[in-house]
Parts: sequence; C-alpha cells; structure tokens
Amino acid sequence: MDDLLADFLTETSEGLVALDSALVRLERNPDDQATLSEVFRIVHTVKGTCGFLGLGQLEAVAHAAENVLGRYRDGALKVSASGVTLILAATDRIRAIVTSLEQKGAEPGGDDMPLINALNAAAEGRDAAPPKPSAAKAAATPAPEPVAVAPLAIAEAPEPAPGEPPAFSPAEMTAPEGSGPTNAPQTIRVSVDVLEGLMMLVSELVLTRNQLLQLARSEDNQAFAVPLQRLSHITTDLQEGVMKTRMQPIGNAWAKLPRLVRDLSHELGKKIELQMKGAETELDRQVLELIKDPLTHMVRNSGDHGLETPADRRAAGKPETGKVMLNAYHEGGHIIIEVADDGKGLPVAKIRAKALAQGMATEAELAGMAERDILRFIFRAGFSTAAAVTAVSGRGVGMDVVKTNIEKIGGTIEVRSAEGRGTTFVIKIPLTLAIVSALIVESGGERFAVPQIGVVELVRAGGEGGPQLERIKDAPVMRLRDRLLPLVSLSRLLQLDTEAREDTGFVVVTQVGAHVFGIIVDRVFDTEEIVVKPVAPILRHVTMFSGNTILGDGSVIMILDPNGIARASGVGGETATANETEARHGLGGPEKTSLLLFRAGDGTPKAVPLGLVSRLEDVERERIESAGGKPLVQYRGRLMPLVPLDPMWCVEMAKERQPVLVFSDGDRAMGVVVDEILDVVEEHLAIDPAGTRPGFLGSMVINQRVTEVIDTSWWLREAGEDWFGGSASKRNALPQRVLVVEDSAFFRNLVVPALTAAGYAVTAVAHAKEALRLRDAGAKFDIIVSDIEMPEIDGLALARALREGGAWAELPLIALTGRSTPRDVEAGRVAGFTDYVGKFDREALLASLQQCLAMTVAA
Amino acid sequence: MQQATPETAGRAARTAAPPPLADEAAETYLTLTVADQLCGVPVLAVRDVLGYQAITRIPLAPPEVAGSLNLRGRIVTAIDLRRRLGLPPRGAEAKAMSVVVERDGELYSLLADAVGDVLPLPLDQRAANPPTLDPLWREVSTGVHRLGERLVILLDVERILAIG
Repeated sequence: MDDLLADFLTETSEGLVALDSALVRLERNPDDQATLSEVFRIVHTVKGTCGFLGLGQLEAVAHAAENVLGRYRDGALKVSASGVTLILAATDRIRAIVTSLEQKGAEPGGDDMPLINALNAAAEGRDAAPPKPSAAKAAATPAPEPVAVAPLAIAEAPEPAPGEPPAFSPAEMTAPEGSGPTNAPQTIRVSVDVLEGLMMLVSELVLTRNQLLQLARSEDNQAFAVPLQRLSHITTDLQEGVMKTRMQPIGNAWAKLPRLVRDLSHELGKKIELQMKGAETELDRQVLELIKDPLTHMVRNSGDHGLETPADRRAAGKPETGKVMLNAYHEGGHIIIEVADDGKGLPVAKIRAKALAQGMATEAELAGMAERDILRFIFRAGFSTAAAVTAVSGRGVGMDVVKTNIEKIGGTIEVRSAEGRGTTFVIKIPLTLAIVSALIVESGGERFAVPQIGVVELVRAGGEGGPQLERIKDAPVMRLRDRLLPLVSLSRLLQLDTEAREDTGFVVVTQVGAHVFGIIVDRVFDTEEIVVKPVAPILRHVTMFSGNTILGDGSVIMILDPNGIARASGVGGETATANETEARHGLGGPEKTSLLLFRAGDGTPKAVPLGLVSRLEDVERERIESAGGKPLVQYRGRLMPLVPLDPMWCVEMAKERQPVLVFSDGDRAMGVVVDEILDVVEEHLAIDPAGTRPGFLGSMVINQRVTEVIDTSWWLREAGEDWFGGSASKRNALPQRVLVVEDSAFFRNLVVPALTAAGYAVTAVAHAKEALRLRDAGAKFDIIVSDIEMPEIDGLALARALREGGAWAELPLIALTGRSTPRDVEAGRVAGFTDYVGKFDREALLASLQQCLAMTVAA
Repeated sequence: MQQATPETAGRAARTAAPPPLADEAAETYLTLTVADQLCGVPVLAVRDVLGYQAITRIPLAPPEVAGSLNLRGRIVTAIDLRRRLGLPPRGAEAKAMSVVVERDGELYSLLADAVGDVLPLPLDQRAANPPTLDPLWREVSTGVHRLGERLVILLDVERILAIG
C-alpha cells in the first residue's frame, strides 16, 4: 500500500470516529454551528482526498453526504433526526469502504445508489423520512460484503435491533486481525510528547549506564560484569530504537516544495523544474522541524534570485527550464543537504560592492579576500542583493536567518557559486540533537565538553619539534603547516584563574563556517557521548555555552559553543579579515585561470596554474640519475632535481618517457614527476581548503571531479636548499610577506591573486596612510609594492616617508604604475623606489619581486 | 539535622509528629542558617534537602551562581545564599548544604551553611520587614518572624532566583 493511501486511511479512520460523536451531538443540538462546521469539514476532507486518490465509490458516498451537510450549514435545511441518521448511514458506508481498502487495498464494490439517492432526496428537502426502506434495500443488495453490510444495517436501525450491535462490533474488530497482519496498516499515531518523553528517559538511561560502566571499571567485581554488559547492549539497542521512532524521511520537509516551486514559476514567469534526490534520508524530527523553514526559504531564493528568466537562459545558451536540485545524504553522522540551482550564480562583483557600500568590509579587506569569502557576505544580517523587493524574496530577511537557524542546531552552511552556471548551498547538520559526541577538555582546572562537529584536529603545542605557541603582541597564534592559526585561550576567555603556563598545552583546531581557529586548553581527555541539556534560564546570557550535561562519572559539565567562542573572540561571525582568510585560502580571484590537470599517485586528479609551469617534458628513464638518494636529471646543461608528487615513487618506477612538469626561475629549474598529463582547462580558482595536506592548497571541482590543487611553492622547497637563491631557510619558515598599496580595487584584484598564487603572503591596503599605520603598528613585511597615483598621499610621498626612517626604511620598494617614461622612473628612484614596474605586467612584477628580495638577502 | 537550637528542637517536639504543612494560623517553613542568620523558606517550595554536593563552577555566570550539580540525573543550578544576601563568603573548608527548589520546571539549589527544622510559624508572630532593613534583603524577604530569641528572615524563593 502506498504511503499516501496509508496516511489517508489512518486520517479517515480518525475522522470517522470524531464524526460519529459530532453527529450525535448535532442531532441533540441541531443549531450548533460549530459542530455542523466540524462535521462538514471532516466529510469534505474525506471527499476531497479520495477524489484525489481515485477512490470513486468512496467519493460518491461522501459527496452525497456532503451535499446534505452543505444544505444544513447554509441554513437551507433544518437538521433533522432522520437526516442525521442518513448521514450516519453514509458514515458507516464510508467506514466499510475504508475497512475494505485497508484489507484488500480496493473498494468493496456493491451498489450505493439507494443510499446516495436517499441522501440526494434529503438534500433537496423532498422527504427525509422515506430513506429507511430504500436504504435497507441498499443494505440487502451488497450481500456478498458481510463487513460492509453489517454496519450499514445497524446504522439503519440504531434503536431497535438489539441483536445487531454485537454482530457489528465483532465484524469491525475482528476483520483486520482475521485478514492477517499483512494488509492492515501497521502504523499508529503517537503523540510527539510521548516520544519526546521516551527520548528523555532513554537519554537518562544512557547516562546512568555510562555511570555504571565507569564504576564497574574501577571495581573488580566479576559477578556484575556480565549483566552489566547486557544492560549496556540493551540500552544501546533501546536508544537506537527510540531514536528510530523520531526519525523521519527528509522528504516530509520537502513535501510542500513542488507546489511552492510551481506557484513560484507562475508568479515569476520562469520555467522551473524541481529535482529531489535522497528524499528517503532520515533524520531526527526535531532537526527536521528546524530546517523546514530555512530549506523552504532557500528553495524560494534559488527560484527567485538564482534562476534567470527563460529569455535570459536562452540568451545564455541554456535550456529554458531552470533546475532547482535538492539532494540529501548521510555522511559520517551528519546529514548533508544540498540546495543547488543552475542559474546565473551569485554576482560576486555586486556582493563585493554591496559589502563595501554597507560598510561590512573595507576595500583593502575585500581585495585580500578569496571569492568564497566574499560570497559569505550573503549570510550577514541585512544583506540582500536582490535589486527589487519581490513578493517572493528580497525583503532583508534572508540568508542570515537561514544561517542562524542552521547554526542553532549545530550545523554549518557553505556556499559555492560559479557565475553563469549556478549556486550550490551545502548544509551540514547533525543527525540528532539529543545525543552528541563531544571531546572532553580541561582548562583552568575545570572540564568542558566541545561538540565534535566543529573539531578539525587536535594539536599538542609546545612539545619538542612540534608547533609552538607564539604571540603577535598579545594575540596567541600558532604556525601549523605554514599557516597562521589564530588562537583563543579558553582559560582567559572564560576568566578562569590560571598560572601563566601558556606556552604548552593542547590546541583544539575548530572550524566555524569558513573560519578556522584554535582553542588552547590544558588537557584533553577522551570523547564521550553526551546528552545536551539546556542551561538554566538565569545563565542564558552566557553565550559561550550551548548547554550542559552529566558525564559518566556523575559530574556536571558545561558544553562549549564554538560559534559563541568565535564571536566572543572576534574570530568568526563572518568578520574575518583579509589575513585570516588568506591563511586558509592561498589562491582566489574572480578571473579564470588556466589550469594544467594531471594525475600523480592516487586517483584524484591534480591541478596547477599553468602560468607557473615553464615547460612540460618527457624525460627518458635512462636519463634519470640519483644523487644522495634524490632523483636528478641533466637538463639544459645543468642538474635539475626531480620531486615526485607521489611519495611512493622511486626511480625504478619511472616510465620509459617520464612526464615531468618543469618549474624554472632564471637558470634554475626543478621538475615535478607526475604520472600523466590530462588536460588544460579554464576555471575560476575557487579552492576549498578543507582536508588540506602538505603540498596542496586544497581542492576544487573541475569537470565534475574533485581535483587537488598543488601548492607549487611547497614542492619547490622540496626540491632543495639552493632554490631560492640562498634564502631557502627563510622561505621554509614563512612565505615572504608583500604589502600591496593600491587605491584601485580593480588592480588590487589583479595583483593580489597573482602574488598569492606565486607563493607570497599578500596584504593589501587601499591608502598610503593605512600602510604607514601598519608600519607604526609594528607589522612586518619583506617587500612593498605601491601604486604611484593615489589620493592624499601618493606613491612617491609614501616612498619618501618610508625612506625617512622607521622600521621599513630598508625595505625594497617596487612602484607599480601606468606611466613609465624614463622621467617617471627617475622620479621614482629619487623618491626611494627600488624598482619600477608597469601595471598589468605580471611577469615583470614577479621578476622584480624576486630580484629585489634576492638583493636584500645578498646585502 | 545540624544546628537545631534548643528552642526550635523543643518546638518541633511539641508539634504533632507529621508537622501540619499549613493552616489558617500558621505557615510551615524550613529554617536554614546563612552566615549565622536564620532564614526560612516555605516548605512547600522545597523539593529536596541535600548534604554537601560536588559543584561544577560555571565560568562567566553571575557571582551569585555557585555552579551546577547533579541531582539524580537532573542538572541543578546552585545559588549561593551568602552571595545572594551580600554576606561574607564561606570558608574553604565549610561544606554547604543544598535546599532544592523548583521554578518554571528548572531546579535550583539554595546553598546554606546549615539546614534546621520544619516549623509552623504562626502568622500572628510575623512582622513586616523593618524599613531600615538592607534594601537587598528587603527585596528578597517577605517578612520577619520571631522565634524565641532569634529572628527568622522569611525568604521569597521567586525573588531569590530573580538574578540577572
């Protein structure tokens, strides 16, 4: 039996029960409008639904009954006992049909006409009395249907016929059992409160079980061990069982969407096709309730903002019908829900302009941001790029509400967008809110639980050879795999009194949205399943905690809220500065970049910006030599070190003609050994740094495949010490820091990604004043690239100011300008610029940077 | 129970074995001591009286909140009555007792130095708060009761819990 029918039957059975008592009330109280309306509504619902399900017989009966009730309701007819009797008869007939549907999955057949005629007669007010005989006939005719007959018969003669009621009830009662459990719907309705209560009790049981197990571990009492084990298993099973009762397919939350999309497409004059995948994916109903509204909002947004009009789509060479795709699936204890459209994508430039106009970020910050960070502005309160406020969306309540709601249930939301090709939102939410896995940590002598969903990794800091806790002024940071990780001291944040032993400890690397930061704690214990309980109302204002719980040992412990910590410490809350995001996103920029695709080691395709590769060579196997265990090849009269991307690679594995990517600088060269060159593609660099390992900037999707983008500078360093003109040791520590001073956002966008891609750590500012402020604030750079024409303080004045004294007096200074007549160049040199480079000339800028930096090292 | 003064003990003995919870002439209170001050809490508001409990501190909580404790699987927020009443803090070695009350479905524990007896306090021996009483105390007290030589401050649980 399909779900729709099962639902209908359950609902109708319930309705019929209510109908009986309502009808009786109505008979006693014919003027009771409320009861009349209720009766009418129930019968109307039955009629409407069965018409939809194609149940003709049921519909005919219900329709006739509804007619009579309609007349009553309109006051055209007076409610009479005989009329009510008729309707009761109809009710019983409906019940009989429903019973048959439950058992056989089909309507019982038989002739309902006498009953319907009687009802119609009553509706016309002709005569309410005569139905008795005719209806009795109706009872007699469908003789082969005993179940159907009995109820009808007793309904006809409710008062006399003392023998019949028992005949009726057994028929009703036994029929479902007699027909076997196979066909009857095996569902009952249980109030949500009962389930919630059960869940709570089970949660308590789990806690008590954990407590017992902990006790048993310390006691050496064999007698308890076995029953305790069983108790433990049963508790786990029970927990799973009760959890299952709360699980609902996500399709339930999607049920209204097809209609919504249909209406939307009419309203907006767009052709929209809704695709839903993974509707059967189950999740906790509490979670389901909470994501219903955000999902609806997002689908509406996709249809309204995401998809173009049919004309625009045609112009863009796309099919007229736009697609909105929903996809849900499980992934490691979480549910991933994707809401995607194949529309125009998010307008990065517009978002950038809007963010600037609303003062959400400065130009300088924006210039340093990767595209995906700019996209995240749509999650900020009060941000809507919809040019016009339509009836559908764009009213300023938008993605920020969605994000807040999703974060409330411990979830995250990410956005990916490709202009012209569509937008995808990826929501990650926990399966259930009731029981979560948490890491137990200690800080300042107190223990806290950190939900594992946000924990990326654990790092022991201050150990030998490991990463160290460092400080920039008072802000603790840690260099983790060449990234600068902002740190938050938990004891300081929570104002716990601690002795100053902050140079060692553990760092819980946590991700909130796109922001990664570390929480310094003193100790880390194991993980534990905890039951999240809300904190008392008088503590609600402490946003650092998302709840509290009782541990296995019986002690109460506070649960930390990574979102709250991020907000309190200024790390997250969508307020990342250019530097922080750059720490994660090495590359990024609005323009398309040519990427060389290749394969090396594992099956995942790899990519590298083509501009960085000098040549592609096929090296004969015989030419590969080995020196000190490192592969080398003679190349253009010099020795070129070879670095295999695949750590398992060795010279013996080389192919006859081994493909090598050659990177060169001046007369130095190094080769990266790969398995196979695949393709060259043009793509937006939208690198997702998730799951990054050394040597890779992150991954992106190219040709629908996840592709890892290699970190060229990392591999160059692998090649050997002398690569960067003696500055290798310095390079190893940190990428060289470049300050770009440029008032035009356009040029910043051009320069920053280019330099970032070349392996520099770039900070961009919009004014010379800001550069001077950075100097006075003690910021450190290796080189400065500055525009000449700028408002207020121009490049020449900046150069003079820098050369006058201060921390940056000796720094190499490169001028970046559109005017490069000899006179301009001379003026620049006089002012103190080390070199002079024309705008747009990326190669020249990179060369100049290298040269200037090499000069300072040599000096 | 500790600190039952002779007067209270005597009175407790005189009252019938199950002390009447309330009648027209008297209301029944649980007496407790907070830094030598005798206080009374309506016994009907009290769910549990517990001995010393391990209390987890809650960082950043209001100073009156001593922390939270586990009462048979339920988390109870502990309010330090000494701090709530502006009295000097308890010595490190002194163990507080918990008087557990419920408000809006949440459990709170009022930390007292000692818990005394359950006593019916005749209404005719109750006096209104003297106008000179510390404003903080006036805020949380519903009146003063003479008990032999001593005075019992009658605490209003609702107002005690109105923190922050």
